[in-house]
Amino acid sequence: MIRAVGLTKTIGRKEILRGIDIDIPSGQFVTVFGPNGAGKSTLLKTLALISRPTQGEIFIDGIDAKKNPDSLRQKIGVISHNTFLYENLTARENLDFYGQMYRVTDLKNRIFDVLSQVGLGFSLNDPVRTFSRGMQQRLAIARAILHDPAVLYLDEPYTGLDPHAIQILNDVLSRLNLQKRTVFLITHNFEEGIMLTDRVLFVVSGKIVYDGGRDSLEKNDLRSLYLEKVKGAA
Amino acid sequence: MHMLTGIKAIVQKDLAAEFRTRELLSSMLVFAVLTIIVFVFAFDPTKAVIRQVFPGMVWVCFIFTGVLGLNRSFVSEKTNDCITGLILCPVDRSVIYFGKMAANLIYVSIVEIVTLPLFAVLFNYRIPLQTAPALVLVIFLGTLGFTAVGTFLAALSSNARSSEVLLPVILFPVTVPVVLGAVQATAAILSGAQTAEWLSWVKILGAFDAVFLVIPFVLFEYVLDM
Repeated sequence: MIRAVGLTKTIGRKEILRGIDIDIPSGQFVTVFGPNGAGKSTLLKTLALISRPTQGEIFIDGIDAKKNPDSLRQKIGVISHNTFLYENLTARENLDFYGQMYRVTDLKNRIFDVLSQVGLGFSLNDPVRTFSRGMQQRLAIARAILHDPAVLYLDEPYTGLDPHAIQILNDVLSRLNLQKRTVFLITHNFEEGIMLTDRVLFVVSGKIVYDGGRDSLEKNDLRSLYLEKVKGAA
Repeated sequence: MHMLTGIKAIVQKDLAAEFRTRELLSSMLVFAVLTIIVFVFAFDPTKAVIRQVFPGMVWVCFIFTGVLGLNRSFVSEKTNDCITGLILCPVDRSVIYFGKMAANLIYVSIVEIVTLPLFAVLFNYRIPLQTAPALVLVIFLGTLGFTAVGTFLAALSSNARSSEVLLPVILFPVTVPVVLGAVQATAAILSGAQTAEWLSWVKILGAFDAVFLVIPFVLFEYVLDM
């Protein structure tokens, strides 16, 4: 489903990603852990075609990102700690804008559908600037799933969320997991990160230093394994 | 077809956000009016020299006011990292450029529609009605060229520190052909010169516009690359 070969990203003289190879089958939930500055967010930005790799290739469903980037972008949804929402527009106007950009069919009903999924059906016509941080993040979730993406990238999505918003995010992720959507999650939060995941990656200094299935891991194992790998790679 | 839908969506989004707050348009209009007032104090409206400097004053006002709008064009996309939301959209990068450019063109045009009659009234300058079509053409081409370059450079400078200072510094040298062409064509039209006299300047403006509407097709994706 997602295949990256020899990804490198250099900014100035600094090598952020150093030859990353990933193969993620369709429907897999992958969680990435790593210390600050390890290159996790750069990896996500590169895989989500936000940032161009210095070298390497990315394929989603066999489509080459260099040859057909717009087809790939149609398959991608991104949730970040930034919401990508326009504060002076209402929730409906924000989703209407993104819906038009993603060519969402039956947009009006789809907007009602995703807003009710994140519990914001009552705030349809309120400007985003009047929303709390949790509400904005829930609307960002609605924005990311509006076009029904096959792949969802999440970069620290739990940052600043209240328990209700965390519950809604986990519900959305569980639903996507059941629908066999591919999810790529970056987090520092071991509890949330391991809950739904099929596979765990540790990224340190721009390289994948651990790639394993979730089956044999428990929360405490994960934490000690992580510390061991980070220290070993440092 | 989808290209037009994308451009329309970006323009609608920008206009909806602007008309809700009117932050940008009100500052542009206030700045334009203040500029005119400064000119009124600086030059005696009763003197004959006004006929010669009038086109220059008008374009200085349009260009300086336009920079205010251009500066905000991509800086406003930084709030909540909306620019990344735009980059993620499955559209050609030129759609983003043309959408933002069209919105800028509308803002500057609104300012021009308000300020040009104000110039004429305050300087007691009678603009002959028969020159209106030619004048509108020149103002449109000049504004198009200015916003085409300006939007491109505004995107380029938006990631820099002190981007609001950087934009005028890199914009004014590049827009010299537009300003020169627009001022000369406007002066020729207002003085009642023959069509051939101002047509050459219009051709220069048209060529400049064409170049700066084509360049983003090639380069804008590199400008947006983070």
